[in-house]
Amino acid sequence: MSDLTNLTLKAAVDGLKAKDFSSAEITQAFLTKIEAANPTLNAYVEVTADKALEMAKASDARLAAGEGGVLEGAPLGIKDLFCTEGVQTTAGSNMLRGFVPPYESTVTANLWRDGAVMLGKLNMDEFAMGSSNETSAFGPVKNPWKSNGSDAELTPGGSSGGSASAVAADLCLAATASDTGGSIRQPAAFTGTVGIKPTYGRASRFGMVAFASSLDQAGPITKTVEDAALLLQSMCSFDVKDSTSLDIPTPDWTQSVGKSVKGLRIGVPREYVVDGMPAEIQALWDQGVAWLKDAGCEIVEISLPHTKYALPTYYIVAPAEASSNLARYDGMRFGHRADEFKSLDDLYATSRAEGFGKEVQRRLTIGAYVLSAGFYDAYYVKALKVRRRIAEDFDNVWGQVDAILTPSTPSAAFALGDKQIDPLTMYLNDVFTVTTNLAGLPGISVPAGMDSGGLPLGLQVIGKALDEATVFQVGAALERAAGFTAKPGKWW
Amino acid sequence: MTDTATNTKLIQGRTGPWEIVMGLEIHAQVASKAKLFSGAAVGFGAGPNEQVSLVDAGFPGMLPTLNKHCVEQAVRTGLGLRAQINKRSQFDRKNYFYPDLPTGYQISQLYYPIVGEGVVEVEGEDGVFFNVGIERLHLEQDAGKLIHDLSPTESYVDLNRAGTALMEIVSRPDLRTPDEAVAYVKKIRTILIYLGTCDGDMEKGNLRADVNVSVCRAGNYDKFKETGDFSYLGTRCEIKNVNSFRFISQAIQYEARRQIEILEDGGSITQETRLYDPTAGETRSMRSKEEAQDYRYFPDPDLLPLDLEQAWIDDIKASLPELPDDKRKRLMSEYGLSQYDAIVLISEQAKADYFETAAKGRDAKLVSNWVTNEVSARLAADNKDFSDNPLPAAHVAQLVELIETNVISSKIAKEVFDYVWNGEGSPAEVVEKHGLKQVTDTGAIEKAVDDIIAANPDKAAAVAEKPQAIGWFVGQVMKATGGKANPAAVNEILKAKLGL
Repeated sequence: MSDLTNLTLKAAVDGLKAKDFSSAEITQAFLTKIEAANPTLNAYVEVTADKALEMAKASDARLAAGEGGVLEGAPLGIKDLFCTEGVQTTAGSNMLRGFVPPYESTVTANLWRDGAVMLGKLNMDEFAMGSSNETSAFGPVKNPWKSNGSDAELTPGGSSGGSASAVAADLCLAATASDTGGSIRQPAAFTGTVGIKPTYGRASRFGMVAFASSLDQAGPITKTVEDAALLLQSMCSFDVKDSTSLDIPTPDWTQSVGKSVKGLRIGVPREYVVDGMPAEIQALWDQGVAWLKDAGCEIVEISLPHTKYALPTYYIVAPAEASSNLARYDGMRFGHRADEFKSLDDLYATSRAEGFGKEVQRRLTIGAYVLSAGFYDAYYVKALKVRRRIAEDFDNVWGQVDAILTPSTPSAAFALGDKQIDPLTMYLNDVFTVTTNLAGLPGISVPAGMDSGGLPLGLQVIGKALDEATVFQVGAALERAAGFTAKPGKWW
Repeated sequence: MTDTATNTKLIQGRTGPWEIVMGLEIHAQVASKAKLFSGAAVGFGAGPNEQVSLVDAGFPGMLPTLNKHCVEQAVRTGLGLRAQINKRSQFDRKNYFYPDLPTGYQISQLYYPIVGEGVVEVEGEDGVFFNVGIERLHLEQDAGKLIHDLSPTESYVDLNRAGTALMEIVSRPDLRTPDEAVAYVKKIRTILIYLGTCDGDMEKGNLRADVNVSVCRAGNYDKFKETGDFSYLGTRCEIKNVNSFRFISQAIQYEARRQIEILEDGGSITQETRLYDPTAGETRSMRSKEEAQDYRYFPDPDLLPLDLEQAWIDDIKASLPELPDDKRKRLMSEYGLSQYDAIVLISEQAKADYFETAAKGRDAKLVSNWVTNEVSARLAADNKDFSDNPLPAAHVAQLVELIETNVISSKIAKEVFDYVWNGEGSPAEVVEKHGLKQVTDTGAIEKAVDDIIAANPDKAAAVAEKPQAIGWFVGQVMKATGGKANPAAVNEILKAKLGL
């Protein structure tokens, strides 16, 4: 039998339905592969082998009875940000090491409802704060890709580095991820995978460990655009347990994949040409424009004038919310608590100093600062105003264009350790992705080419609020045109 | 420039007169079966941590969802306070660390409260009304409870109360004496109970007040009122969580004296939060402004702005009960009661209802007297109020009817009431059973009068000189008839027989 782990999610689901193979077989194939690869790639923080085989067995029974959901029997990896009942959930932090939630996140509950099988929990930057997976308390994830002629180990990006690496290395059919400033799309771009962040409010945040509430959205990382559509529509739902959840039906986005893009108007924002952007990125972008033009799209140069304020705005809003969201990790009810302390204040301070890593502490400090008396108006209130302007920039162009094309990242994957010295350089990774989080819009990253070293590069398609359909349609067109089929050479 | 009304608000210091200025923050627990954001049950008397959801305990990934009933209660209260209802409000997070606050922030409404300005009319002790401005009413979560006395080395946390909905009602600095402050809290409490939005139970802490007290030189308050310039007022101290009328009054008196003494000794007041210790009868510093925390308020990103539809507000408005002020005015006009009687009756909704039931077709003033005196006194003695009054209003009505129709005298009525209260039956039954019917048979009265005059010829002679001595004869006749003789008839017959 061929290697089942190479299959796309769609092909696997179809194969399971057709009884070409069983869920137990494909699940075991992944478990075997994970066992061999994970010590090196470090994509999984916990492999739930017994649970996976148990779920696979149940799926096989349903499939045998001619029943089963749209993902029946498909083995998936789950970012360790999603609370999973009875399975440790750490958000990549020592603070939550050993925390076993007695509840299930809505997103994962939706997947189990549709028959998916959980292989384990995927590594991530601590509390989703990072762009390289190096802030994880469980050590960095390694990118299965290496640059030609170099043995340097590369980052898979972050914060969903475990998800991206696992999908790229065939350690799961697809994975859940989350995106606060680019945490789905940047790792997807760095690993030759597809990642989409839906419109804010499409996916419930219930049971998802919070980083920045007004920006966090769950989404998938997959091998193809079609897989992304399939998985995302299972993840999304209206949820009364999340006040920001949207009470609207989830469309069948797989119908958009393969649809002609002829006549669609594609915006190319001039402000996304940033200083020091490698020529390869510009070339890839130009290539993307050419592909869409060939496919019958009308290309429109547009202006999103407040783009340059997006990163500073994001690095005020996100830490501010995080500083409050993470206050619950105080050593009182669950998670890490200092063994020794002199007073109540000392108990808080020591527990949090021991439990949180450096990057998290940095952001909590920034967040507390921008919300503090005397600075609140100058930073936080101002940032909210700019955020509005950024959203208005998009509102103003939707009359002229149906979707927007940009690069996903300003560079290909970089070496582990490369950008740890200067957090600001690291923050620049989000330059093309944060705008959609701030505006609440959907954005997809599709592998579209390679840099000179043979590393994957991604293009991003941004759509109107709730118009994931067009995003998938254009993303699939790029995927077809790019014909990106390369796989990382196995070195692990 | 002080008139007499202002003078009563002055307190004398060693160096001259001062005046107190107060604003109150009343925390009223919303009458609701579930908490503000978690759906967990609310109730008194549950075991420790039995009414805690994962949301209340701040577990990872848990999100608040707003309880619509609590919003309705806040709107209802706002309408009852004749305050502005803000169609758009917003929830903010107040961030601080404490073991009774699991999420590390309290969800409150700092920037855009659900209810804006209003005015409450308060009856002073002297029967004179004064207005207290309401600055705002907002919804917020209560915190849990720390228990320090179960172990010498450990502290325990009970989160049952954590997340319970509170309404914070903030007044303007319009209160000037301890009595006014108490009267204001009583009025708010009455309105809340009328509305059914808070049970007003202060013993259980369901209604408590933070009292902001400052003192200034006599006359400065008027200047503040004229100019709106707060610098005319003194530095305030906030006395936290005072939970009885008596303590509110005591705390204010102590605190005002304390501040005056400091100022008269040439010192200055430090803005701080203080606690009232009822045992010691003094306020003590909790934390000063310098130690005050920076709460880093910001809009809660887990909750959308709260938008209310006018039609929904109108529906709530239409369902409001008659409010105390309206009831007072109506009782006065409809039943001809005095303001004093009306105020006493409306202080408890059930009392006013009881009165109205009993007063149908009867002498309202007489019914009011029975309700506010005898019935109230018996209930108070039994530690009850009108909502658990065992005496049917029909009994009071019947008792009054018996008096009105001269079946019994007012004096005998008290005796009848005793029997009725003790469960011997309706007033008519009691009168029958104990033979308490008033003697209106003039023959019987005449006989008694004749007997007494005959036995006391000297006194009968003296009455001619001193007509007021007739009282002695009235007493004797009443005694002879067991108090049952109709006093008017006795008087008339005596006068005739004595030749007056």
